[in-house]
Amino acid sequence: MNRKVIIIGSGPAGLTAALYTARANLSPLVFEGNQPGGQLTITTDVENYPGFPEGIMGPELMEQFRTQATRFGAECHFKHVTKVDFSERPFKVWVADEIFTTDSIIIATGASAKMLGLESENELMGYGVSACATCDGFFFKDKKVIVVGGGDSAMEEATYLTKFASEVKIVHRREEFRASKIMIERAMNNEKISVIWNSSIKEILGSKEKGIHGVLLEDSKNKNTKEEKCDGVFMAIGHKPNTDLFVEILDSDNAGYLITKEGSTATNIEGVFACGDVQDHVYRQAVTAAGTGCMSAIDAERYLEALKNN
Amino acid sequence: MSENVKEFTLENFNTEVIESDTPVLVDFWAEWCGPCRVIAPVVDEIATEYSQKVKVGKLNVDNENQIASQYGVRSIPALLIFKNGAVANQIVGAVPKNKITEILDSVI
Repeated sequence: MNRKVIIIGSGPAGLTAALYTARANLSPLVFEGNQPGGQLTITTDVENYPGFPEGIMGPELMEQFRTQATRFGAECHFKHVTKVDFSERPFKVWVADEIFTTDSIIIATGASAKMLGLESENELMGYGVSACATCDGFFFKDKKVIVVGGGDSAMEEATYLTKFASEVKIVHRREEFRASKIMIERAMNNEKISVIWNSSIKEILGSKEKGIHGVLLEDSKNKNTKEEKCDGVFMAIGHKPNTDLFVEILDSDNAGYLITKEGSTATNIEGVFACGDVQDHVYRQAVTAAGTGCMSAIDAERYLEALKNN
Repeated sequence: MSENVKEFTLENFNTEVIESDTPVLVDFWAEWCGPCRVIAPVVDEIATEYSQKVKVGKLNVDNENQIASQYGVRSIPALLIFKNGAVANQIVGAVPKNKITEILDSVI
């Protein structure tokens, strides 16, 4: 069955697009991807989403988004899109061997944590390497952990981890942080936190069976290396847009974010729209993602309307 | 939670998992883990579909931290597949159902 609209992604942008297209009787099909609910599902309290004066837990907020969208007929599937073809109409979307066709596409694949790009890091992800302190901090009770990064999220993760870990070391490749003052102060006033300046991780030492026992650090000035013992490594070096499927076919900026026409969510291919963090490296908030999700639903609706009249 | 999904604890872990004649899929989870909620209905479905072949159950890491650390769990959701008392394979993080069944099929 050819669909009117397929939405790829299920964070605030994707599910708001689903809600609006569902209410416009477009029976949207949502592919939720590998992280249904998106980045908010790996946070705790969300205190800045309007309408929740007491704050709300990220996973719970996303459940409510989903419930609201499905109430109006959005179909949400926990499936990960593996290939797309936008070169002819209807557009084609693959989930492994399954193929789906659609008149319009809304891309809301968001962003994910950047990694260092080391082989050992990739192998030990989930076995001591983590990009989510709120998910995995629990497993490092009375252990020694390292947080990599120098921005707000590094300060936040380090501070959060002191609830569990006996010692938190922040490894930063420069000699000052780019985090905001208040976040730096909060971290530096915590006696469990210390900083290793001008250093970067060259290798993560450990195995899947036994976990991590240390990292190999390189001094960015004199290039000397030394081993630093730790039980866990948490990445907080920023985010990258999830655009692997689209880089060849859609216009993107230097950092890989999809480019949309000003004042709309239209990409360079007519009928393909992008919303949320995948096209926004400036604001990156749940509420702005939801806002652009709504825009892309309205843009898609108008596009489909125009198709019909042609 | 489906009736096919058991609850594993320190008390029953040996009899239900280690000494089980059939392979066992253990879902390590916690209340505070968002991705665990995502994967819970998938685990439910698998429990029903594989009810003849695989025993499926959940293990709350808050209550049973000892077992979690014994098996080196450092991130959840983690699905450990036990066969003849040992871990035959494991999946860390929320992944789609077909990934889980693929690995499960290769083990059983």
